[in-house]
Amino acid sequence: MRDVAVIGVGETEFGELWDRSFRDLGIEAGLKAIQDSKLRSEDIDAVYIGNMSAGKFIDQEHVSALVADYSGLADMHLPTVRVEGGGACGAIALLQARLAIASGMHDIVVVGGAEKMTDVGDVQAAEILSSTADQEWESVFGATFAGLYAMIARRHMYEYGTTREQLASVAVKNHKNGSLNPVAQFQKEITLETVLHAPWVAEPLGVFDCAPLSDGAAALVLCEMNRARKFTDTPIRLIGSGQASDFLALHDRRDLTTMDATVVAGKRAFHEARLEPKSIQVAEVHDNFTISEILAIEDLRFIEKGKGGPATAEGMTALNGKISVNTSGGLKARGQPVGATGVAQAVEIVRQLRGEAGKRQVVGARRGLTHTLGGTGATAVVHIFERGD
Amino acid sequence: MAVPRFWREISSRYNLIGTKCGSCGKVDFPPRAVCPTCGRKSIGKMQRLKLAGKGSVVTYTVIHDAPAQFEMQKPYVVAIVQMDEGVRLTSQLLDVNPDEVKIGMKVQTVFRKLGQEGEAGVIHYGYKFRPAR
Amino acid sequence: MKAGIVSYGGYVPRYRIRPKDIGVVWGSDGEAMGRGLNIRAKSVPGPDEDVITISVEAARACMAKVDIDPTEIGAIYVGSESHPYAVKPTATIVAEAIGSAPVLTAADFEFACKAGTAAMQTAMGLTLSKMMKYGLAIGSDTSQGAPGDALEYSASAGGAALLIGIDHVVAEIAHTVSYTTDTPDFWRREGQRYPSHGGRFTGEPAYFKHVTNCAQLLFKRAGTSAEDYDYGVFHQPNGKFPVRVAKQLGFKDAQIETGLCVRDIGNTYSGAIMVGLCAILDEAEAGDRIFAVGYGSGAGSDGFDLTVTDQITKIRRDATPTIKEMIADEVFVDYARYAKYRGKIVMRGA
Repeated sequence: MRDVAVIGVGETEFGELWDRSFRDLGIEAGLKAIQDSKLRSEDIDAVYIGNMSAGKFIDQEHVSALVADYSGLADMHLPTVRVEGGGACGAIALLQARLAIASGMHDIVVVGGAEKMTDVGDVQAAEILSSTADQEWESVFGATFAGLYAMIARRHMYEYGTTREQLASVAVKNHKNGSLNPVAQFQKEITLETVLHAPWVAEPLGVFDCAPLSDGAAALVLCEMNRARKFTDTPIRLIGSGQASDFLALHDRRDLTTMDATVVAGKRAFHEARLEPKSIQVAEVHDNFTISEILAIEDLRFIEKGKGGPATAEGMTALNGKISVNTSGGLKARGQPVGATGVAQAVEIVRQLRGEAGKRQVVGARRGLTHTLGGTGATAVVHIFERGD
Repeated sequence: MAVPRFWREISSRYNLIGTKCGSCGKVDFPPRAVCPTCGRKSIGKMQRLKLAGKGSVVTYTVIHDAPAQFEMQKPYVVAIVQMDEGVRLTSQLLDVNPDEVKIGMKVQTVFRKLGQEGEAGVIHYGYKFRPAR
Repeated sequence: MKAGIVSYGGYVPRYRIRPKDIGVVWGSDGEAMGRGLNIRAKSVPGPDEDVITISVEAARACMAKVDIDPTEIGAIYVGSESHPYAVKPTATIVAEAIGSAPVLTAADFEFACKAGTAAMQTAMGLTLSKMMKYGLAIGSDTSQGAPGDALEYSASAGGAALLIGIDHVVAEIAHTVSYTTDTPDFWRREGQRYPSHGGRFTGEPAYFKHVTNCAQLLFKRAGTSAEDYDYGVFHQPNGKFPVRVAKQLGFKDAQIETGLCVRDIGNTYSGAIMVGLCAILDEAEAGDRIFAVGYGSGAGSDGFDLTVTDQITKIRRDATPTIKEMIADEVFVDYARYAKYRGKIVMRGA
C-alpha cells in the first residue's frame, strides 16, 4: 500500500447560509482545496463526496455527479463517488479515497463533504437526522436523535457521576475555540450558566448541549506521497485509519456508556500508525452533543473511562491543554453540516499540523487525529495525521 | 404512504414477537434471521418467541423537542428497557411523572397509538411502557 | 344448554375531568350540572388512546384471566360509535393483538350505546349453534359531546370485552330479549364530528320506554321480579336515568350500586353496561343472579338474565386491575388539556 498525504484544503464558512445552495457550497470548498494544492484539473483522478441526505434535505440524489459537474469537471469524465454513513460520511469518503490512492488505482483524489440542512424546517431537519438511528425500532417509538444521546448521557451520569456542569464545560470550551475560528458558525464565547439554563431538548441535554443545524462544505486533496512534494512543502501524511461498525440501535449495544465502534476504530488507526494516544497533540472529535465528546476522549483512550467529565471541566482538553480537543470549535461551535463534518475535521487537523491555525494554533502540533461518528455510534471512523517531515 | 412497511411489523409491534437462538438461547427483538453471537451456526435455528412484556428501565430521557407524531405528548419520557428475556427495547414510558422515573424501575408494556399518516391515513399501533402494577 | 360469559375484562383510561371544570369554560354552573347528572367525573382518553387501543387492552385483560388458546375464538365483534376508522374494522386489529388471527370472522357493530350487547347476542348465537367455540364481544367508545353541550359533561371513554361460549362459563346467560324501534332520540350523521340529540325526548320515549319494556319482557321470560336478583345493571348515560329506571322496576339501591360506574367515569357509551357488568363480575359469587338491560339510541334495548357459576372462582380475577382499581387510578386534567387530548383544538394542517 502506498503512502498518502493531504496537499490542499478548503472550506466554506459554516452556518445558516441562506444565499448559498448545495451546489454553491460543494464547489466553493472544492475549488478552494484545489487552489490551495496548486492543482490543475487535469491532475485529478477522482472525486469522493461525503453527503448524508441531500435526497431528503433538497430532493437531490446522485450528488457525486452534481458536484463534479458544477466544479467544472464534467467533461473530464472523472469517477465520482458519493459516500453515506450517517454523520461519518465525510470521514468514510476520506478513507475510501485514501484506499483508492494506496492501492495504486489513483494518484490524486479530491475529497469533499457537504450538506445543506436549512432548506427544510427545524422539525423536519431533526427527523432527517433521526433517520441515522434505527427508524423502525427507535425513531418510530418517539426516540429522537437528541433523545438517544440524552439516554447515553443519563446512563453515563448514573455509572460515573458525570454532571451537567461537566457536560456544559464541553460546550463552553468549544465555543471559546470557535471564537478563534473565522469560519465557525458561532464565534462568541458562552458561559456555563447559559448552557445550564438553556431550554431542554431531551433531558439532560439542553439547547447548548447540541450541535446546530448547519450548511457548509469542506474539501481536501489527497495525493500519493512521492508526488505530493511536487505540490507542497508541507504534505500532511495520513498515517493511520480505522473504521468500525456496531449494532444500529442504541439498545442493542454492549455498553451504553462506551462506543465500541470508536474503541475499535481508534485501535485500528493507532495500530496502523504504530502510535499510542499520548502521541497525539490535537484531535477533532465528534461532539454532535456534549456527551459525545466525553465518550470520545474516553473511548480513544486520551482520558480514563468515566473521567471524561472531570477532565474536560479541569481544562485537560482545552486549547494547549494536555490534549487540544476540537480547536475548530467542534461540531458544536464550528457547525455540523453532516456530510461535511469528517472532512472539515481533517481540514482543521491539517491546518494545525501545518502551523496555519492562527489564534487557535496548538503549539508543537506534530500529530493529529479526527474521530467521526455515524448515527448514535453504529459507525466510527478515526484518522491519524502526521506532519510529513 | 408507508402502508406495507408498518403492516410487516405488526406481529412484533403488537405482540412483541422476537426470536430465540436455537444455538445459544440469546433472545433478539425484533426477530433476526441470524444470531449476532452465533453467526452462521444459527441460520435455520432461530425460534419465534413472544416476550412477556415485563422489564426494567436501563436509562431514560424526557423529550421536549418532539417529532411531528409526538407533538401532542411533549414533554414525554422515552426509556430503554431491559426485558426479562434479556433483550432491550426503546419506547415511550407513560403514566409516570418524569421526576419519578428511576433507572431500575419495573415496567410493563401497553398497547397504544404510535402515530398516523395524517387525518386520512393509516393509524399505527405498537408497544409503549408504563410502571408495572 | 346455555351460553354464557367465559371471561371478561375492561379498560378505563386514567385521565378525568370534573363537571365544574367543563362548566366554567362555557359559563355554566358545572357543579350543578354534575349534581343534576349524578356524575362526579368522567374519563378522558390520552392522546395516544382510541377505541382500538381500549378494545385491545380490554380484550387482553379478558384473556389474561383464563388459559384459553386465542385461536379458538371464532368471531370477534367490536361495537362502538367512535371507531377510529369509518371503514376498516377495529375487530381485525384486536384479532391480531390477541393472537386470534387469521382463522376467524370479525366485524364492527354500531348501535349507539348497545353495539356491544348486540355483539354479545351474536356471539351467543354462534356458540350455541356450535358454529364456533368462542366469540369475543367488545363494547368500547371514546365518544364526544359537542363543546358546551349537556353531553360534554358525560360522554367519556372506556370499554369491556366479554368472551362468550358454552363451556366453563363464569356467568350463564339464561335468557336474552330485545326491544327495538325506530326512535330518533340521539344520532350522528356521517361526516359530522359531534352527535345531536332530541333534548328531553331522550328520556321517556327513548331510554325509559325501551329499557322498561325490555326489562318487563325479560322478567316475563325468566318468570322473575327485581327481588330475585343480587345485582341489577342498566345502561348509564348519566347517574340519574339508571337509578330512576331501577327504582321503577323494583330494584333497591344496594342492588345497582356496584354496576353504577357512570358516577366516577361518565358514560362510556358502548362500553357502559359492559363495564358495569365487569365491575359486578369482579366481586360476584357463585349463585348470584344479575339483571342487565342496556340501551342504544335509535333505539333499542338488549336485556340479559345471568347466573354466576362456581367457575367464577376458578378464573384469575386479579390477573389485571379490577374495574374498581382502574376507576380509582385517576389523574385530573383541566379543560385546556382535555380539549387538546380530545382533538377539539384546530391544529395546523387540519
